[in-house]
Amino acid sequence: MSSVGTVVPDTHETSHEEDTGLWSWITTVDHKRIAIMYFVTATVFFFIAGLKALAIRVQLMFPEQSLITPEVYNQFFTMHGTTMIFLVAMPMAVAFFNYVVPLQIGARDVAFPRLNALSYWIFLFGGVYLNSSFLFGMAPHASWVGYATLTMPEFSPGQNTNFWLIGLSILGVASIAGGVNFITTIINMRAPGMKLMRMPLFTWMTFVTSFLLITAIPVIGVALIYLGFDRIFGTVFFQPAGGGDPVLWQHLFWIFGHPEVYILILPAFGVISDVIPTFSKKPLFGYPIVVYAGLLIGFIGWGVWSHHMFTVGLGPIADSFFVAATMIIAIPTGVKIFNWIATMWGGSLKFTTAMLFSVGLVAVFTVGGLSGIMHASAPVNLQQHDSYFVVAHFHYVIVGGAMMGLWAGLYYWFPKVRGRFLDETLGKWHFWTTMIGFNLTFFPMHFAGLFGMPRRIYTYSADLNVDIYNQLSTVGAFIFGISAIIMAWNLVKSWRSGEKASANPWGAPHLEWSIPSPPHHYNFPGIPEVQSREPLWNKGEREAILAVTMEEPESEPVMPNPSYWPILLAASITLAWVLVMTGTWWIIALGILPVIFCVFKWGMEPAFPEHH
Amino acid sequence: MQNPAPHRSPSDDGGASTSTGLGARLLVGLLLPILMVGCADEYPQSSINPHTDFAEVIHSLYVSIFWWTMLIMAVVWILLAWVLVKYRRKSEDEQPRQIRGHLGMEIAWTVGPALIVIAIAIPTIQAVFATQRPVSDDAMVVEVTGHQFWWEFHYPEQGITTANELWLPVDRPVNLRLASNDVIHSFWVPKLGGKRDLNPVPAVREGQDPKYNWLYFTPQQTGVYMGQCAEFCGQSHALMAMRVIVESDEGFDDWVDRWFASEGAAAPEVQEEAEDEAELQMAGVVQEEEGTGVQVAEDEDPLVAMGRDAFLNATCIACHAVEGTSAQGIIAPNLTLFGARKTLGAGIMENNQENLVRWIIDPQGIKAAAAMPGTDYAGGNWPATGLSDEEVGAIAAYLLSLK
Repeated sequence: MSSVGTVVPDTHETSHEEDTGLWSWITTVDHKRIAIMYFVTATVFFFIAGLKALAIRVQLMFPEQSLITPEVYNQFFTMHGTTMIFLVAMPMAVAFFNYVVPLQIGARDVAFPRLNALSYWIFLFGGVYLNSSFLFGMAPHASWVGYATLTMPEFSPGQNTNFWLIGLSILGVASIAGGVNFITTIINMRAPGMKLMRMPLFTWMTFVTSFLLITAIPVIGVALIYLGFDRIFGTVFFQPAGGGDPVLWQHLFWIFGHPEVYILILPAFGVISDVIPTFSKKPLFGYPIVVYAGLLIGFIGWGVWSHHMFTVGLGPIADSFFVAATMIIAIPTGVKIFNWIATMWGGSLKFTTAMLFSVGLVAVFTVGGLSGIMHASAPVNLQQHDSYFVVAHFHYVIVGGAMMGLWAGLYYWFPKVRGRFLDETLGKWHFWTTMIGFNLTFFPMHFAGLFGMPRRIYTYSADLNVDIYNQLSTVGAFIFGISAIIMAWNLVKSWRSGEKASANPWGAPHLEWSIPSPPHHYNFPGIPEVQSREPLWNKGEREAILAVTMEEPESEPVMPNPSYWPILLAASITLAWVLVMTGTWWIIALGILPVIFCVFKWGMEPAFPEHH
Repeated sequence: MQNPAPHRSPSDDGGASTSTGLGARLLVGLLLPILMVGCADEYPQSSINPHTDFAEVIHSLYVSIFWWTMLIMAVVWILLAWVLVKYRRKSEDEQPRQIRGHLGMEIAWTVGPALIVIAIAIPTIQAVFATQRPVSDDAMVVEVTGHQFWWEFHYPEQGITTANELWLPVDRPVNLRLASNDVIHSFWVPKLGGKRDLNPVPAVREGQDPKYNWLYFTPQQTGVYMGQCAEFCGQSHALMAMRVIVESDEGFDDWVDRWFASEGAAAPEVQEEAEDEAELQMAGVVQEEEGTGVQVAEDEDPLVAMGRDAFLNATCIACHAVEGTSAQGIIAPNLTLFGARKTLGAGIMENNQENLVRWIIDPQGIKAAAAMPGTDYAGGNWPATGLSDEEVGAIAAYLLSLK
């Protein structure tokens, strides 16, 4: 977004003289700046959650150790999972949605720029609030799935679980607002000629993911509100003694939780569906099939939640239904894998770091997909569920899938963001240390699990004879940690002094590469017209587009005003939620007043400069 | 190698295929032998070493799915490796043919996996039904109740309630009825089969049946099987283990007989005499405590008698029971035949004098959030036991004498 108070719509000078002070970041409504803030914040949380993982790995390196107490261990693994899912993988994907989607569809910003800023600030405050629990020694400790009745006040007294349920409730607001924003943006703000079936795959997957966000997050919202009522006001939704059912929590959680898996993985699929064609010099093989496969995964993803619950005792009929649904979802996933390979087949493959991470995803995610088929089989699941086998599986899916895809996207789009490349040599180091560290950490966990090591245990008996697998995992985790440091160093170094990148350094086909790197704050001087799926790869079309997108505009496009209401509203929403911890109705009621005030002021504020 | 990429091309190809090669080596080198060797007793809690009909069904299903997934993985990785090597960029001027898709291939790689999925789903669903029904009418029922952080086993047929070590006769079908007293636990003894959750049972209206979970299996081989709680249940979830002792029919019947014979009939008479003796010998015996533990006398050991006295007069009996004595507490593990148990504290350590003394003095130091009070601190709803070291040593000796 343009600078504070200097939006002068009719001057054509100084279009790049943006204000970069702190205040300009706080009040920005520019999707690109918000994206950068999302990415940086998520990366900080990535390191915080990573340190917890290392503590866990040190504790488990040898059997029957007691380096950290069981209570602290439980807090660590709970917050490791909660942070990695809600504060790392999701917001990092949202960072890419924010930066890339408007550029890919030829828009100057998202549909609701202030709402976008609000999402970011809520995410930041929610994340800080959740982590602040450590300062009080009251970090959540009932695991990232928070199964009742372990979360009931008699088994989890204190504020630990309140931090968790309120933190996630706050974060949910950000996710739903983000989903609404991207759906609206993608439906309404595409450049002329960009039909749905001409959208880049990343935009497509953002679109599908956004629908999952606005439908799945409310479910956990409901569950968390029930939980809050049980804990704070003494209701009995999950209290067996009062006729409530703890299994209800599991249903609600996983009705959210399984679509959540696709919220994490689909953006990564979108990234590599753009990266692989670019570095193969070939269009995506079977574009419509890959799109439909993504849609299908999104839909069927709603009907598989109870495969997380095969041990719960739902009975053979329910088990069979969820076995079938889960197996079916493997088919479109496999189709995607084959289409990526077919895209590379006959291509001209250039192994940039972005491409390496994409190929790495295909290789490694497959392992996670196949172990998933194993425990999709309900009887087999009875052996593997809640064992380290499952820990191995979902790390292969979330790290080997979602995170690898996002890192591919990082190396791919960084030149657009900064006008400089990420260092490719450090990138290769990042990739290979990731591959080695990641596989060394998580592959041995398959064996630990098969040999009977349950998950979420702070120690294990020497009798189990699984020491060696745990030691390999611990060594791998530290190598993986080194890879993260290499990435961070690369980011810092290349941000300052990376090699300069042109507008389209990779020879990529989509609209985001038709504008300068970094883009103008208004993205597109004029909105180009699109005639195909790979507009920059078609002679004629490319020239027509560049004539519009690379021009200095006669008059700078009018962009929305910066605003401090998003951060204030986010703060007041966070405060309102935090006051729920008091359990006193009138304090909670008072907490809503600042929210109403901020919404009112926000509504009264003009979104655009008035004199235009 | 005229590859203009900023790094050497061989490292790329080598790299990409190394990841495949490494994975493949790991698989062939580790996974396959494990399928065979995993049957060795090296891994007492192995999930791929079945000892019941139930575990057998799961394992054969697992093995068949394992090979299907290996087939898929081989296809994907070989294709991928081939593509990465063959189609690496040799010159920046390359202009590959722009192929947008191929309907036949899309159909092939949709239908192919779909057939595999069907091949997996059919036996899976058969197994789902086969493993979730009682196998026989003459099965022995055991009611399993999960507690933070121990297991209660109630045998309605025999009238026995024991803890943490489940005795079963070999070759007789068993139906475990599972429920929890507090949070969700999960019963998992991998060699005997898959896990099933112990859910707190929601209160129901009059006339409605409460809903329980069940596990059905028939142990096929005598032995001691390790298991542990598989659903995160709080601070000491890691320390909620158990043993299942599968005995011959005679062995099991003998255990049942001993259960009721242990204290009930014989002990009280002995007790009277023994106590006086104990008083006299107390000083001497107590000094021995540091050493090798209790010496079991031909008649009753005076230390044991003293321990019984201390046990029955302490708060222990508010929670614990010993068959045939005045100790009839029901909220903590039943300690009848305690001396016959192999482990202590829900399967977490060897059951011997030294460990038991440590446990009685400081249970929460060994197992965080254990509900049992220590000698110096309160626990659960109970004050510190205030037992002296002498009393603790004697109580340990007494408990270990219950065989």
